[in-house]
Amino acid sequence: MPTIHEKKFVSGDPAKCIGCRVCEYACSMKHENTFNPTKSRIRAVRLNSFVNLAVSCRLCEEPPCVAACPRDALRQSEETGIILVDEDKCNGCGWCVEACDYGAIQLHPETKKVFSCDLCDGEPSCVEWCPEEALDYTTKDIVSQKARIGAVKKLFRESLKG
Amino acid sequence: MSYAKRILYVDLTTGKTEVKPLDMKLAKEYIGGIGLGMKLWLDHSKAGVDPFSPENPLIYITGPLTGTMAPSAGNTYAVVSKSPLTGIIGEAKAHGFFGSEVKRAGYDVIIFTGKSDKLVYAWIDDDSVQLLDAEHLRGKSPAETDETIREELGDFYIRVSAIGEAGEKLSRIACIINDEYRAIGRGGMGAVMGSKNLKAVAVRGTNDVNVANMDEFKEFVRTIHERMKGPATRKYRTLGTPENVLVLNALAALATRNFTNATFEGAEKVSGESLNEHYVKKIIGCATCGMRCDHIAVVPEGEYKGSTSRVEFECLWSCGPLCGIDRLDAIIEAIRLADYYGLDGISIGVVVAMAMDCYENGVITDKDTDGLKLNFGNHEALVEAIKRIGTRTGWFGETFAEGTKRAAEIIGGEAYKYANHIKGMELPGYDLRTLQTAALGFSVSFRGACHLRSGAYSPDVKGSVDRFKIEKGRGKLVMDGEDLYNVVDSLILCKFSRGVMYDGLKDMAKYYELATGIPMTAEELLLAGERINNLARVINIREGGGTREEDQLPWKILNFPVPEECVGKGVYVKQREFDIGLSDYYEVRGWTDEGIPTPKKLKELGLEDLIPIVDKKIKAMKKK
Repeated sequence: MPTIHEKKFVSGDPAKCIGCRVCEYACSMKHENTFNPTKSRIRAVRLNSFVNLAVSCRLCEEPPCVAACPRDALRQSEETGIILVDEDKCNGCGWCVEACDYGAIQLHPETKKVFSCDLCDGEPSCVEWCPEEALDYTTKDIVSQKARIGAVKKLFRESLKG
Repeated sequence: MSYAKRILYVDLTTGKTEVKPLDMKLAKEYIGGIGLGMKLWLDHSKAGVDPFSPENPLIYITGPLTGTMAPSAGNTYAVVSKSPLTGIIGEAKAHGFFGSEVKRAGYDVIIFTGKSDKLVYAWIDDDSVQLLDAEHLRGKSPAETDETIREELGDFYIRVSAIGEAGEKLSRIACIINDEYRAIGRGGMGAVMGSKNLKAVAVRGTNDVNVANMDEFKEFVRTIHERMKGPATRKYRTLGTPENVLVLNALAALATRNFTNATFEGAEKVSGESLNEHYVKKIIGCATCGMRCDHIAVVPEGEYKGSTSRVEFECLWSCGPLCGIDRLDAIIEAIRLADYYGLDGISIGVVVAMAMDCYENGVITDKDTDGLKLNFGNHEALVEAIKRIGTRTGWFGETFAEGTKRAAEIIGGEAYKYANHIKGMELPGYDLRTLQTAALGFSVSFRGACHLRSGAYSPDVKGSVDRFKIEKGRGKLVMDGEDLYNVVDSLILCKFSRGVMYDGLKDMAKYYELATGIPMTAEELLLAGERINNLARVINIREGGGTREEDQLPWKILNFPVPEECVGKGVYVKQREFDIGLSDYYEVRGWTDEGIPTPKKLKELGLEDLIPIVDKKIKAMKKK
């Protein structure tokens, strides 16, 4: 079981993300050797010019997708936390899709089985390609640490100036 | 292979659709985008067709790289049709997200013909094509139309390209807009769409787009991404094109008050520096692109509080200095309104500036404007004028919705002196009196006044020529720029990213070859660029234009020397020099001195089938 210092995921920064979808292209290129956002495991959402974020699997501690599968087709990797799909068992019913609060597990348009982020064996293609450096392959404790430091810096920006 | 190899035909009269294979020989010869689009337009139209006739095909076309991860070229489309503004070939390109969806739906090209008997939108869902009722969308802006369609079809990722009220009401300066801020801007393509009762094109594509050589393509894209972080795109990523305001002002090339002055006393206030400091809230970008250039500006306070638009130099200039307006908040609102009604952001400012000039000179009066005080610098009048033009309200709105050339004809008298257009197309933001290579380049452009057909302002701005005169040698500069830009616009690379092609056409050929698998060299591309320019010229000849007679400059550029104290004081284009420039250009092009491509030249370019058109014209001119 990875510790919280080891369990990495793809984190998107809404302050940097511009919704350009390069991540989607990079993902389908890596996994499917083609360009097709509907086959991407990460999806960019542009609500408007100012609100953009790319979303992929959050690697939940108690993943509702796994719990929702009545066919035991999904399990969470103990090593990395990614969702592993047994394609022989998955029949594309989509209960896991409904259970996921983030829209991060999807039905593959061709295989009709579900799929989600597999972290590219530790070298996520989307992170590598993101032109805005809006994606980070990181752990949740580092994300919170960064936010904390940012908040403190902001609070004490006057005294930091000196 | 990144071509879909398919053309979708949609007959709006009967509702029938058909898919035919794309002729791959044509694809290589004309690349895609405007080149292939114009070729297909020629092949699918009759000579002299009225732009608003159901017989005028409206062609949506992607590029060979569209749908791939290629930065800037991956996301794009062009629209080609006969322009109601110029009466000759019309073409415009837009980036954003829409184009890739068309390719993924499985089409390189969509050809709309006919006319629907009621307002409809086309819903293209991969292989399924339907015309759906759009009556409830009448009068809605392109952005509102986009949102409504995605909501009613129930898919957030559907992409929409739509017209606004101006297009529905056949304003000849109406544009088509996709993805909120991206416009098929110039030449009134929105009005052609309106004439077909086609409100929008909505697309969802789920197919793969493949490239011929994925490994090398990927590495090339990686290189482009790296270059996009470098000096070639610095301007677009930082201040953006509004950087031009102060640059051109210093050169006495910032056309002001309808090309009366060449410098603007309010330049600092409407500069890119000021815009970025006070108004730009976020810089975003298009699909697949490694740079970002969309400067989204929001007015933080005052009477235009909350007004939001994407600001580029051209529209900032046309709604700002050209109208004598030094308030960025009003300019942001003006651009927002242009997008709202679906008006070409360049033309609308030039049209209002003409109205202001006419008003100040007593050519039109309060009676004509229903009391609107159209003095230069009156920002409230600018905003109201755009609303009237966008909705065709009153005599004023009706008249100026026709563009400067027709407005001058309607008004009569001296009005022509204030109409700043070439071939009917409103001038973009470069004072041609002090940028005279540009004057030549804009005048011979096949779609009318245009900075993007040759980039001929570049040698002037860089200082590599004497920009206050035209002399022999400029023709070659213009031609080289044109042929290159024809390739760029057929691959549909974003012009902001042209600088990342460090090896120019060689890089472009490599890009093309890796994606399509079709062998291509820089020389072949250059030849294609020349072929495309000749094709466009012959189309224009077939439609009754395309000769020296049409390659002319506006009255002010030729007759009104820059009046104020500045480096350009007293400068204007001398007709005699300009004529020399035209002859020089025709000569390097291998055309007659009347500007007609010779049969020999056409043969050289594999355009033998067009020879009857030029033969006919040459004979007719001899008779005259």
